[in-house]
Amino acid sequence: MSTIIDVQDVTKSFGGVLANSDVSLQVERGGITGLIGPNGSGKTTLFNSVVGYHPIDSGSIHFEGQEISKLPVQKIARLGLLRTFQQTRIYGAMNCVENMLISMPHRKMTFLESFGRNTAEDRERAEMLLDFVGLYEKRWLRSGSLSFGQQKLLEFAMALMNEPTVLLLDEPTAGINPTLINGLIDRLKRANSDFGITLFIIEHNMRVIMNMADTIYCLAHGKLLAKGSPDEIQNDQRVIDAYLGAH
Amino acid sequence: MKKTLFYAVLLLITIAAPYLFPDYGTQLATLWLMIIVALTWDMTGGQMGYNSLGNIFFYGTGMYVAALITIGMVHPIGEYTDASRSELMLFTEGQYFTGLIVGSLGAGLFCALSAVIIGYITFGLRGPYFAIGTLGVAIAAGELVSNWDWVGGGQGIQLPVYPGDLDTGKVVFYFLFAITGVALFIFLKWLYSTRFGAAINAIRDDEEKAEAMGIHTMRYKLTAWALSAFFVGVAGGISAFQLIHFEPLETAYQTINLGIFMVVCVLLGGKGTLWGPVVGAILFHVIKEVTWNYLLGWQWVALGALIVVTVVYFQDGIMGWLMHNKPEWFGMRVEKKEQEGTA
Amino acid sequence: MDQFLSNIGLLFEFPIVNLKIIIDGLMIGALFALAAYGLALVWGVMNVKNLAQGDFVIAGGYVAWYLSRHGMPPLLGVPVAFVVMWGVGWVVYRLVISRVIERDLFTSLLATFGLAIIMAQMLNLLFGSDTQSIQLDYDTLYFFDFIDIPIAKLLGVLMATALAVAVVLFMKKSRMGQAIRATSQDARAARVLGIDTEKVYSFTFSLNSAICGAAGAIIVMVWVIQPFYGITYSIRSFVIVTAAGLGNLPGVIAAGLGIGVAEQYGAHIFGIGYQQAIAVLLLLLVLVYRLVQQRRVRQSLK
Repeated sequence: MSTIIDVQDVTKSFGGVLANSDVSLQVERGGITGLIGPNGSGKTTLFNSVVGYHPIDSGSIHFEGQEISKLPVQKIARLGLLRTFQQTRIYGAMNCVENMLISMPHRKMTFLESFGRNTAEDRERAEMLLDFVGLYEKRWLRSGSLSFGQQKLLEFAMALMNEPTVLLLDEPTAGINPTLINGLIDRLKRANSDFGITLFIIEHNMRVIMNMADTIYCLAHGKLLAKGSPDEIQNDQRVIDAYLGAH
Repeated sequence: MKKTLFYAVLLLITIAAPYLFPDYGTQLATLWLMIIVALTWDMTGGQMGYNSLGNIFFYGTGMYVAALITIGMVHPIGEYTDASRSELMLFTEGQYFTGLIVGSLGAGLFCALSAVIIGYITFGLRGPYFAIGTLGVAIAAGELVSNWDWVGGGQGIQLPVYPGDLDTGKVVFYFLFAITGVALFIFLKWLYSTRFGAAINAIRDDEEKAEAMGIHTMRYKLTAWALSAFFVGVAGGISAFQLIHFEPLETAYQTINLGIFMVVCVLLGGKGTLWGPVVGAILFHVIKEVTWNYLLGWQWVALGALIVVTVVYFQDGIMGWLMHNKPEWFGMRVEKKEQEGTA
Repeated sequence: MDQFLSNIGLLFEFPIVNLKIIIDGLMIGALFALAAYGLALVWGVMNVKNLAQGDFVIAGGYVAWYLSRHGMPPLLGVPVAFVVMWGVGWVVYRLVISRVIERDLFTSLLATFGLAIIMAQMLNLLFGSDTQSIQLDYDTLYFFDFIDIPIAKLLGVLMATALAVAVVLFMKKSRMGQAIRATSQDARAARVLGIDTEKVYSFTFSLNSAICGAAGAIIVMVWVIQPFYGITYSIRSFVIVTAAGLGNLPGVIAAGLGIGVAEQYGAHIFGIGYQQAIAVLLLLLVLVYRLVQQRRVRQSLK
């Protein structure tokens, strides 16, 4: 496996508060990489740095060998690096199918193609993916009327519709009914294996991340604390201390 | 079938109108102008969520560009605009009609180009900054043009009168506006059904999300505004010939007349719908024509009050109100759960 | 073009001209800053961008002008305009502003644009479209035989300063001032803590209107007013607030004085006919500047 996202010595502070300090990590192509850490350890800050939400103070971020730390959000997204939001963001006034069709990968279209209509295949694919996340029956409902968990699933389906190379997920299971979590884990794994999408996941739920990821990074106080397989992380005394607040 | 009949009847009315009401030729032409500017305003304001207060810039610029092209093809512009001499400079019939067609289309193209240039700067501005920024562009343009003697300064420009029977002229201008308006409507009906239409709706509903999904937001915003500016520019060009004489502040860059009318029309009719701006423009224009002369100088106060009331109490407009109360008229399936055999 | 160049040349030939332009600019800039402060206040507290700001200024000017023509001492016009415009502001708040606070921003912008049209047209119907001013019979001070400062103008600046100081002290010390500042930071939290935000809103808007009215009453003594000058004052206020940012009082003052000076230089170089254009072009300049600033932090101007 080769490295697809390469974060080197990234430092980011907000008005004196150090959110990330010399963080380096690598996301392997085709794998599932996890990012864990206690609240306020700088996980979302790191995500936002990668997808271009704010400038970084120092360090470098490469995506497929290209430096992206100075690019704006939309350019990074057009390279095929997609993110979902911790607070879901969908088009609440439209129905699910419309939401899916809006998520067509515009970066793969020429300017003229964007003046075409969506084909039957596009619609089929949209419905297939809605079925994949279990929203097929609700596909004509106004998406704003769905429950929070369902909106999260819809956002996930929209991300898949966009055919990204890498998908960054910010707490995909937060707010989802515990009985549905197993199903979601399964779908995330299938998105990785069947659609070949590299996943990079922030997750608070240990059970979820240990079940899915092949490599896990742990942040604490803005610094990289540990890196390893789920087994190694689970048995790492530093990680346990960080979560129990030993320092 | 029913729809085809509906459109056929509308088209028939459009064609017959100037002959049925020969006394109102100019008002009917102005009605089409209102429909055009309302539809184009809605392209960015309603469909894309970028509320411009400065679209009148393209109308005024269209007027000037069309006039300057027409004059420039025949006479030296600087000498012509020197008001004292323009009376002596004549145009042949051929020169007039060439100027009308080439000038109006040229005006459209020039406005589309300037929309791309201005948009490149202003589309970085969101929400209220965009509205104020575009308003600023329109006001600045009017002020600068009125200080620019080469194009006639504050006196404006005098174009030749329609060569031939003046009543025929009125019908000709009616049809020029009507053809532009119908073409625009058909164009928009198609445009809103494409992926492009969906993309600008996405920009309206959540631009950050659209960016994060890799939609070329800037490219789409510029394209939408340029297309909208093209049609306003063409309409401005036709207006220049219809009005014969125009000046920068009150006619061309008329920020508080047409510049705000178009917004009111769209709000009255319903933002973000295809028919809303049309319905709103007709309603607004009829109300205005009927009441204007009876308001005895208070018409502008009434206009301001109409804006405030529309914005504060009736922002969804007629189409919005209908959609909310009669969703079945729009084929909306709001609560349909059971679909044909689940896969 | 030659005219512009020779005007610029004049500035270098007679440096003293610069001093005169700067002093004039600072004096008028102080009044711009006052109106802009009101705009920033309303913007910050209730997130309403008031495009009728300048029309409140002009309306205040007409109040003072009208009363002074009917025998009131001109200087009394400032406090009277303050009070009258407070009332006008309260009525406008009740009728319009209170209904657009929680709505999207374009609603408030367009509603106040409609309001601006109503106010300008009513002033036009009531007082006619001629320019008006109040002539004060005070002496003019001369410095270096060249710089003339009418005492009336000096008085105007002093009154503007006094008003600004009073408002700032009020915001810092009084209960209402604290409530306003709390609401501007987080309206919901303020409501939870028992602040009557509805009252805060109506007070803030009335205060803004009163500040504008007083500024207008000063302007009519040192300059001229006309029913349709309002939009230019609104745009100037937006320029100043956009340049300075919200809740940045020293910034508002600095930007206000800066705009005043810039406009005086513009008027000197390009001629008085370009005055409106210069105000608007300054707005575009400031917007572009802020935009470039935001691009650098990968954001857009919201």
